[in-house]
Amino acid sequence: MKPRHLIPLGLFLLLTILLGVGLTLDPREVPSPFIGKPAPTFDLPQLHDNALNLTPEEMKGQVWLLNVWASWCVSCRAEHKVITSLANTKEVNIVGLNYKDQREDALLWLKQFGNPYLASVSDLKGRTGIDYGVYGVPETFVIDQQGIIRYKQIGPVTREAVAEKILPLIRELKAKAS
Amino acid sequence: MIRNNLLLKAIALGLFIFSYSAQAGIEAHTFEDSQKEGLYKELIEELRCLVCQNQNLAGSNAELALDLRQQTYDMVQSGSSKSDVVDYMVQRYGDFVLYRPPFNLSTLLLWVGPFVILLIAVLGLLRYIRGRDKKTDPEITPEDMARAERLLSKDQQD
Repeated sequence: MKPRHLIPLGLFLLLTILLGVGLTLDPREVPSPFIGKPAPTFDLPQLHDNALNLTPEEMKGQVWLLNVWASWCVSCRAEHKVITSLANTKEVNIVGLNYKDQREDALLWLKQFGNPYLASVSDLKGRTGIDYGVYGVPETFVIDQQGIIRYKQIGPVTREAVAEKILPLIRELKAKAS
Repeated sequence: MIRNNLLLKAIALGLFIFSYSAQAGIEAHTFEDSQKEGLYKELIEELRCLVCQNQNLAGSNAELALDLRQQTYDMVQSGSSKSDVVDYMVQRYGDFVLYRPPFNLSTLLLWVGPFVILLIAVLGLLRYIRGRDKKTDPEITPEDMARAERLLSKDQQD
């Protein structure tokens, strides 16, 4: 067989590899332009007490998580256990951004499944969500002591993501500061 | 005939439902300034909806598309230019939000790739054509020439 007859086979294999790699990629995971940038500010009422507001400035000096959730979001329910166990490690405070939800529904949801959040803030119109480039709830941001976004998880936080990315990152950020 | 009638009814019902759902996501945005209206329409055509990634903001019924259309409308109404709105969206959603991505290092392959493939194809075609030309021009040996001459002269004698 002449080497030139192997060209179609080579091209076919190349294409197969290319398509195979494509299958392992998730097109929903759009690279976030926020990594390494300051977290956008907000000043929103807290879910449990409308009279109290919360801003990201109040979280400065500590590593914290901003978890975007909603009672209407099915994957948030799946993610909730993982978020709760992460909160139980006491290694990090988690702030909830209650995205385009009804207040009563959100409160009921937390009552039913437990509340792992330091506090949740209500983003009724989703404006803060837009500022954070949210397009698929749930989404989770890791924000460092200076208020810089270090990591973004699109879609539910999995146990693997916590063990392999989020917790190591939190520890690294804390170690750097001390 | 009855069955046909039923089929027709089913199609009509389907069309009705479809047309209804197609209208459901379109909200009325009114403009006094036709220039702003044009800008708004241009922007929602060019910006991608991140929920249904193969649709632009104009064509998507997703909640997020609705919100982003509203945001675009508000910005256009308050006098923002095209680049203001585009920058606002890119800052939040990245280059991905643009249907026409900018030319930079990470999109180099995207922009140049097709032309590289075209170049390779043209070169391959040229090589193929040249190779074929050689084949259609077979060498004539002196014996063949002599034989041809013999045959021709024989013809003339007859």
